[in-house]
Amino acid sequence: MSKSHLELTGVNMSFDTPDGPFVALENIDLKIAEGEFVSLIGHSGCGKSTVLNIVAGLLQSTRGGCVLDGHEVNTPGPERAVVFQNHALMPWLTVYENVQLAVQQVFRKTMSRKERREWIMHNLELVNMGHAANKRPGEISGGMAQRVGIARALAMKPSVLLMDEPFGALDALTRAHLQDALMDIQQDLNSTVIMITHDVDEAVLLSDRIIMMTNGPAATIGEELVIDLPRPRNRVTLANNPDYVRCRQAVLSFLYEKQTFPSKDKPATGAPSPAPSATVSDTDQPPTKAADTAATSSHDAQARERAIA
Amino acid sequence: MTTLTNTPSDKVSASQSALRVLAETFSARALGDRAQALLLPTIGLALFVAFWHVMAPQVNTSLGTFPAPADVFEQAGQLWQEHQSEQERAERFITMQENRNAGILADNPDAEVRIRDYPGAPTFFSQIGTSLLTVLSGFFLASLIAVPIGILIGLNRYFAAAVNPLIQIFKPVSPLAWLPLVTMVVSATYVSADPMFEKAFITSMITVTLCSLWPTLINTSVGVAAVDPDLLNVSKVLRLSFWTHVFKVVLPSAIPMIFTGLRVSLGIAWMVLIAAEMLAQNPGLGKFVWDEFQNGSSQSLSRIMVAVLAIGFIGFVLDRIMLLIQKKVAWNE
Repeated sequence: MSKSHLELTGVNMSFDTPDGPFVALENIDLKIAEGEFVSLIGHSGCGKSTVLNIVAGLLQSTRGGCVLDGHEVNTPGPERAVVFQNHALMPWLTVYENVQLAVQQVFRKTMSRKERREWIMHNLELVNMGHAANKRPGEISGGMAQRVGIARALAMKPSVLLMDEPFGALDALTRAHLQDALMDIQQDLNSTVIMITHDVDEAVLLSDRIIMMTNGPAATIGEELVIDLPRPRNRVTLANNPDYVRCRQAVLSFLYEKQTFPSKDKPATGAPSPAPSATVSDTDQPPTKAADTAATSSHDAQARERAIA
Repeated sequence: MTTLTNTPSDKVSASQSALRVLAETFSARALGDRAQALLLPTIGLALFVAFWHVMAPQVNTSLGTFPAPADVFEQAGQLWQEHQSEQERAERFITMQENRNAGILADNPDAEVRIRDYPGAPTFFSQIGTSLLTVLSGFFLASLIAVPIGILIGLNRYFAAAVNPLIQIFKPVSPLAWLPLVTMVVSATYVSADPMFEKAFITSMITVTLCSLWPTLINTSVGVAAVDPDLLNVSKVLRLSFWTHVFKVVLPSAIPMIFTGLRVSLGIAWMVLIAAEMLAQNPGLGKFVWDEFQNGSSQSLSRIMVAVLAIGFIGFVLDRIMLLIQKKVAWNE
């Protein structure tokens, strides 16, 4: 792996709630190389989206920071394109116009009108949506709309592609189809991708590395797993590959043995004492004493949900 | 009937089911559904007219009994006749002047000639025209004010908090309360030797504006504030400029809400207009009603009833037109 392309250092995130500050993330350290496909996996509410939003610049971390190609990330920008869970296409624009809005904005000065038109169609063809260029998002299926969302993000020529559960809202067949398409595209373009997912198979199939996050509050990176499977990968032949099975097993064991579902044993606390550990990237974060003794009320849980959302 | 094996009896049942589909299309129920769509409103209307016909003679006023449907119908015809004869007279008046002017010009090509407007009283139908012009001007002005301010309120919560009390206080004010103030202000400020518009027109229009801008203002601000957060994030990631953000993301997103507001506003504008015209003496339907009331002839009540029905019908048509425009413009229709 080449030198780090994107780097998160000591990222902490706390939100102000009526019950005092809520610490969502603590000490996130993450280095991502160029062309690497990294998945973030963890239970609901563990702050995966918060990490992604910090990289996107949509949220500002309370402490620590994010550096992309030597520049600190403070604001959102097209070099960190985001693919949203439910496509986030403008319903009043056609598929073509949706991509055009992005291309117009990013390449207004560097491409001629003709070049832009070709670039838009090229990206739509990349996700096999060229035929629907003049349809509106309401006229196409959710899977197709998500393809367009990906095309729009790719059309920005981003340094990092950020995907927030891109296939979460799709049915299993469409999801598999889009995963394959994404693998092909990533292979061709060698783009750097950070993807949030709930789906263990998806993470193992697509990623070079899986970042497993502990449960919130004060979530951090629990374990990292490098997926050394050769590319191109085929979901059918991989199913019996012992390495694949082992990786899958490792992630499952992290999620369901080491980190059980958050609301059961991880109470929300107003301000848990920050554990001043320097390296937490390969250890499971033990629950603090304060967290153990505090009682969980549904109110706290709701506040946490809001803060995460 | 639902077996999957292909036996002769199945073919029979298939043709039977085809027949059944055909029969169902023209069945009593399907026809009944279609008839119902027309029949029930007609029955409702007929019952109302019958009730009106029976009850009207029971109501005695100093101007005779309350007008029955037949009286109203007769007066509607009467008003149409008056309108036509008045138009003929106006045409004759103009041609007479033109002939005279031609004569003068033949004698002396340098003579200055003028054509005076016909000085007759406005008819019911020209009053409808005046009312429509007034209401549309007032509504247009209200939209021009309400939509931009609504966008600002929706975009900026500090501005929204600052403006909110004003909206809450002024929204419920009746046009009748505004009117004296508007009249005095217009009289004082709209001074011109050759005014383009009548003062009464300006007064009525401004009153309409003041009363009808609130629904558009509130709906626009709600629509703007309720833009999908994902779309706002897209806008941020793309680093859209403020104006691109407003015109490409916020405004289209709020269009359905804005149009809902505009429709309510137009309805209110039309209601307010009649009251404003009565008091401001703008030569529209409101003045027609007021003049007939003051006139107090035996036909006055029938003529007022014609105006009432015309007002209702025009209000309905205006709403329908807005709905058509909304369907053309809004992306969710």
